[in-house]
Amino acid sequence: MLLSGNPPRGKLLTALIVLIVAALAFAPFILQGSKPLNVAATICVFALLVASYDVLLGYAGIVSFAHTMFFGIGAYGVAIALYGLGPSWTSILIGLLAALLVAGVLALAIGLFSLRVQTIFFAMVTLAVASAFAVGASQLSWLTGGEDGRTFSTPALLRPGYRLVENGPFGVEINGRTLTYYLVFFGVVFLFLLLLRIVESPFGRVLQAIRENPFRSEALGYRIVVHRTAAVVIGALFAACAGALNAIWLRYTGPDTTLSFSIMLDILVMVVIGGMGTLYGAIVGAAVFVVAQNYLQALMGVAFKAINAAGLPFLAGFFNPDRWLLWLGLLFILSVYFFPTGIVGKLRAETK
Amino acid sequence: MSVSLETRDLTIRFGGHVAVDRVSCVFRPGELTAIVGPNGAGKTTYFNLISGQLRASAGQVLLDGVDITPESAPLRARRGLGRAFQLTNLFPNLTVAENVRLAVQAARGVHYDMLRPWALRRDLIQRADEILGEVALESKRAHSAAVLSHGDQRKLEVALMIALEPRVFMFDEPTAGMSVDEAPIVLDLIARLKKDASKIIMLVEHKMDVVRSLADRIIVLTNGACVADGDPATVIASPVVQEAYLGIAPKEKAAS
Repeated sequence: MLLSGNPPRGKLLTALIVLIVAALAFAPFILQGSKPLNVAATICVFALLVASYDVLLGYAGIVSFAHTMFFGIGAYGVAIALYGLGPSWTSILIGLLAALLVAGVLALAIGLFSLRVQTIFFAMVTLAVASAFAVGASQLSWLTGGEDGRTFSTPALLRPGYRLVENGPFGVEINGRTLTYYLVFFGVVFLFLLLLRIVESPFGRVLQAIRENPFRSEALGYRIVVHRTAAVVIGALFAACAGALNAIWLRYTGPDTTLSFSIMLDILVMVVIGGMGTLYGAIVGAAVFVVAQNYLQALMGVAFKAINAAGLPFLAGFFNPDRWLLWLGLLFILSVYFFPTGIVGKLRAETK
Repeated sequence: MSVSLETRDLTIRFGGHVAVDRVSCVFRPGELTAIVGPNGAGKTTYFNLISGQLRASAGQVLLDGVDITPESAPLRARRGLGRAFQLTNLFPNLTVAENVRLAVQAARGVHYDMLRPWALRRDLIQRADEILGEVALESKRAHSAAVLSHGDQRKLEVALMIALEPRVFMFDEPTAGMSVDEAPIVLDLIARLKKDASKIIMLVEHKMDVVRSLADRIIVLTNGACVADGDPATVIASPVVQEAYLGIAPKEKAAS
């Protein structure tokens, strides 16, 4: 990898990453219908969001619960700008820049005030700030649309009605939706590669050193508060970018799609399933989790009907589609038990 | 530029216990000072006060005539105070080479370079490899620090110190727990550092033969206070050392 000197390492892992990225790259041509494309776009956005969280958790060893807040800042920035200033590229740019500024300043403040203290205290501060922000966002309805959020239009080029090619490759129409998907996809690819480069830089190694042994890092002359704060700011900026891409894709921003604590939990699950401190884990974790989230229920529906038809209602009860979270939970526990270093860690160890 | 280091009435209290009690000392470039004393005498605490891991209750640390007492450990490290630790203190899940490179990076002031891949910094990598050669660890460069033998971890600790290129070297029992054939590698390294007359070297050491062979000067700490300070022969022979450090009262010695 010329870009970062940080290849996935391991044949199996490389194959898996190539497979996922290729599937995402050709998603509009492979998959028909809006739901599969929506799943693909969600995987892209979460891959970036989880990767930016991995810089904190996996590289710098910082536990933060405020990551959805930065995700939300990006999403709301774009939403408010497109809603208030009209659907233009300038609005997106203004919204994104404003969001990055807010996210950066907030991250800087949280970092400088609380990173000199213990991990647990920092985690609590981020939890409090994120909760306050979520409440604030739902209260300021004149600005954010409150609980309902904001629905807005994107620039003409990105609207579903825009048709670039009626009959493209494989007979697929290339419309505004396709273009939006590729904006999200390439945005994520670019930002992900940038993150890979940052963690593989001398600075990235210092973050790892601080995670490993803060005391020794200080004795070498590294100021751990400054480094940790920089990591939090970087994580926040990339999360805000992920939020902005998410808003452009959904053409909607509301508390449930950005700020809710359940998204924070999803991020944690994805980073753990994929493998902490690897960045590539974010791609794998997001792909596995989002696919499970979207298709496990349907799969269980099929199983439910089949087993019911076979005359085993008691057994079928386990596969009732309403119980899909139970199975997701079991999958999570099993994956943590069998792959404590995540899927990426496991695959790397296999091919060492 | 040669360096000067001084402590003036340096004191730290933990509650009612005075761990380091008004220690005043001037350390001179080109001189290897051994700090000896019984367990719990405050040797490591004295080191921690100088390198900034602990803050003094009273007194001052002066480096090049500047009062650095209020400064944090990283700032003192950047001024040239290099500290190696008694209990092995490494980056366990990073490789041996990465451990040393982090110290080289610190010495070169590369703290926030985040847009260039690490692998392109050939200068840092080469310097780290040179140092690994000096401590005879080059064959283990790709091992993670956690899996090294105790002796190799001690060598790595010394390698980090050399890589940091400080002006004041502070070794805290560098050969503790090392085997008889490993210890000389570390001691030779320290002896080689001594040849550079612009550096201050300080050494906390228990083994008297090591102290005799390396030290130009010995300071004895007992209950946190400095009870003797002078050239090795005089200090070792002095009654206060015989009693306080070696635990042999002059009377008993006379009786035997």
